[in-house]
Amino acid sequence: MILIQARTEPSSLMKVASPLLAIALTLIFGCVLFSAIGKSPIQALHVLLIAPLADSYNIGEMFVKMGPLLLCAVGLSLCYRANLWNIGAEGQLLAGALGGSAMALYFGDSDSILALPITLLAGIASGMIWAAIPTYLKLRFNSNLILTTIMFNYIGLYLLIWAVHGPLRDPQGFGFPESAMFSDTTLLPTLFESSRIHLGIVFAIISAFIAWFILSKSHLGFQIRVFGSDEPAAKYAGFSSRKLSWMVMLFAGALAGLAGVSETTGPIGQLVPNVSPGYGYSAIIVAYLGRLNPLGAILAAVFMAVLYMGGDLAQIEMGIPVAVVSMFQGVLLFFLLACDFFINNRLAFSNKATN
Amino acid sequence: MKKHNLVSRLELTNITKQYPGCLANDNISLTLMPGEIHALLGENGAGKSTLVKTIYGVVAPDKGDIIWNGKEVSIKSPSIARDLGIGMVFQHFSLFETLTVSQNIELCLSKTQLNEIGDLAERITHLSAEYGLNVKPSRYVHSLSIGERQRVEIMRCLVQSVKLLILDEPTSVLTPQEVSGLFGVLRTLSNEGCSILFISHKLHEVTEICHKATILRGGKVVDTCIPQRETPASIAKMMVGDLAEQDAGYTKKEGTVGVFNVEDLSLAAKQPFGTTLKNLNFELKSGEILGIAGVAGNGQDELMAIISGEDERSVKNSLSLDGSDISDLNAGERRKLGMAYVPEERLGRGAVPDMSLTENTLLTHSQGFIRNGLVDWQSIKGYTSELITKYKVKCHGEFSEAKSLSGGNLQKFIMGREIGQNPKVLICAHPTWGVDVGAALAIHQALLELRDKGAAILLISEDIDELFLLADRMAAVCDGYLSPVVKTETTNIDQIGQWMAGTFIKNTSASDKQEATA
Repeated sequence: MILIQARTEPSSLMKVASPLLAIALTLIFGCVLFSAIGKSPIQALHVLLIAPLADSYNIGEMFVKMGPLLLCAVGLSLCYRANLWNIGAEGQLLAGALGGSAMALYFGDSDSILALPITLLAGIASGMIWAAIPTYLKLRFNSNLILTTIMFNYIGLYLLIWAVHGPLRDPQGFGFPESAMFSDTTLLPTLFESSRIHLGIVFAIISAFIAWFILSKSHLGFQIRVFGSDEPAAKYAGFSSRKLSWMVMLFAGALAGLAGVSETTGPIGQLVPNVSPGYGYSAIIVAYLGRLNPLGAILAAVFMAVLYMGGDLAQIEMGIPVAVVSMFQGVLLFFLLACDFFINNRLAFSNKATN
Repeated sequence: MKKHNLVSRLELTNITKQYPGCLANDNISLTLMPGEIHALLGENGAGKSTLVKTIYGVVAPDKGDIIWNGKEVSIKSPSIARDLGIGMVFQHFSLFETLTVSQNIELCLSKTQLNEIGDLAERITHLSAEYGLNVKPSRYVHSLSIGERQRVEIMRCLVQSVKLLILDEPTSVLTPQEVSGLFGVLRTLSNEGCSILFISHKLHEVTEICHKATILRGGKVVDTCIPQRETPASIAKMMVGDLAEQDAGYTKKEGTVGVFNVEDLSLAAKQPFGTTLKNLNFELKSGEILGIAGVAGNGQDELMAIISGEDERSVKNSLSLDGSDISDLNAGERRKLGMAYVPEERLGRGAVPDMSLTENTLLTHSQGFIRNGLVDWQSIKGYTSELITKYKVKCHGEFSEAKSLSGGNLQKFIMGREIGQNPKVLICAHPTWGVDVGAALAIHQALLELRDKGAAILLISEDIDELFLLADRMAAVCDGYLSPVVKTETTNIDQIGQWMAGTFIKNTSASDKQEATA
């Protein structure tokens, strides 16, 4: 008989090593998978993980993908630390993209110096509104945050699709479901001449440091941690669950909204239906991979961005379907949770059956 | 006991049990004669539970022999123990609430036993009359009081013709009247030759009923005695060693000014099995301890939650601090006004298990440690190690996680943390529940010191002796009603015991009606 027993003292080394172990297991799984579909595993892993970092253009593209992942993951880390199961970063990102784009189009060719800041603020505010509705529903009606945030992902997606087919469609766009290209005053400046790296990645890294600072140095961050690890104690201490829920959810919504508007005003330059290849969902994995620590999320976001890049390259160079990336992500999350489980528990083989 | 010149009922020799990092039983030997009531005493963690679990077959010893009625036996499971005639009543009962008494008892009998017994209900009625247990076989367990449930557990052992009955802190949940009823049953059993192993923290009970006592400390037998020749104080000394001071009678004080008022507090139960609070009225004065007695589950938790603000429902004009209504303030705002709480549940409410003591200090004590929203961790660390020294909290240091501390040490820490905020009003629930004698003494003295500094203290406890020791005024709760509040000197255990059982309720509701008609 096999029993699951809680470990009395989980190893603190393993707590840190668990993501690395999960990555290693995912790669081993990948090798088996690629062999099974008749591709060389060594070549496939090279294309997936090494090639994205091989030249400066690819590194630049990696940073472009890392920005929105990190912005969303930082917000989610705080949410999950506070036991708020916000799955809605994707919807908040799309809302941010939509709201920001509407503002950018409103400015049109205006040369106002405020055009870009206001566009970004519009994106942030849209993301916050998208986070606020499920938060309100949870606090007012005790609705399940997981379900409502997922629903709002779809509502956000279809609202965006409706907008590009309707009010925001480019009148000169031959009927394509796309907005007009934004004017230069509402585009995020790029950091280097030759690449598409834009200000978004700077926002993301600053936000990670701000979140880390809040979490470890401020009283508010302490309250968030207490809330997440022991709700009765938080109530006993008199921390207001309403206040904390609002602050954390709005912060996460703002960052996801910023991620969305940074995409449309950054590398894309217009509003298109497929703003995000699921950044908001992948950010959940990034948050976990980073141990729900905003600084850990930086490293995790690099890894996930490499995987996104590698997926594209693998499709181009080796004809491996792009769905492999999603599968890799899923397997990674699976191994991550499994590793965490075995850090806290162990299997005991009882000889009761043989007695 | 040699004068009986009988074969011993149970003999343990050199029982040793090693747990990872802890030698729970270290060469324990113990002899129990037929009909003997034997007390097993010791502080928390002394090894009492491990020892009785060994006897009942729940724990397998690493070393040592068990001799039952002169024959060596190996007790591998509770069912073997029951077959031998060993019965045990745990501190937390294991009864199904939705089944009847007779069904519950039937569940733990084997087919052969059932056949031998024949009509179980009749057997229960018969035994019930014989021992004065007053247990009706057809009643549903959910309709029984705690004392009655305990008698069902005892009945369960009696039905199996028990030769050794093990009771783990049987009196901690009973009113004084129920305790004397229980002792009557135990004496009858003892006269018939049934041996009883009795674990208790209440030493006067041990001196009252037990023939012999074995005292454990750190897993070893440190002493044995004949309790009738000792006093509770001398036994306590054996338990904790010579160093401990004794809890003596403390002087009673009279409160000065009313600080905290509860007026016409009525509140519907939040949970299906909760208690509805019914028209509670009392005043808490500065410089006094008001004790509230009562068997668990009679409204204490609900009262504590509504006073602390953890229960967020509004009870307009029912709670006031310094004359102003606080019922609309949340728990945090009430704390800022000078209220502090020591909850019954230490780990998971009073302290966050996975956080260090430093972080747990900040949990409720943030005043002076927050500047511009930022935490001054360095000062909190310093303050926490002061707390640890002052209240003699045994731990590795201020970085220790709360869950690594024993219950008593964590309680001392929480107590120190709440007292350290110099609260105007301290609400304190079961401060020494499950805490060893040494820690309890420290906690009592800390409470009295706070009272003498002028704080108003509400002490909710199931331990009636503790209430008589500490409280300046007393009342009891039963079924959500509060008895009249009286000075401790003017009442006695008998009266408070009757109030705990609810004898005052009729009068209250009658006077309510009179008021209503007037």
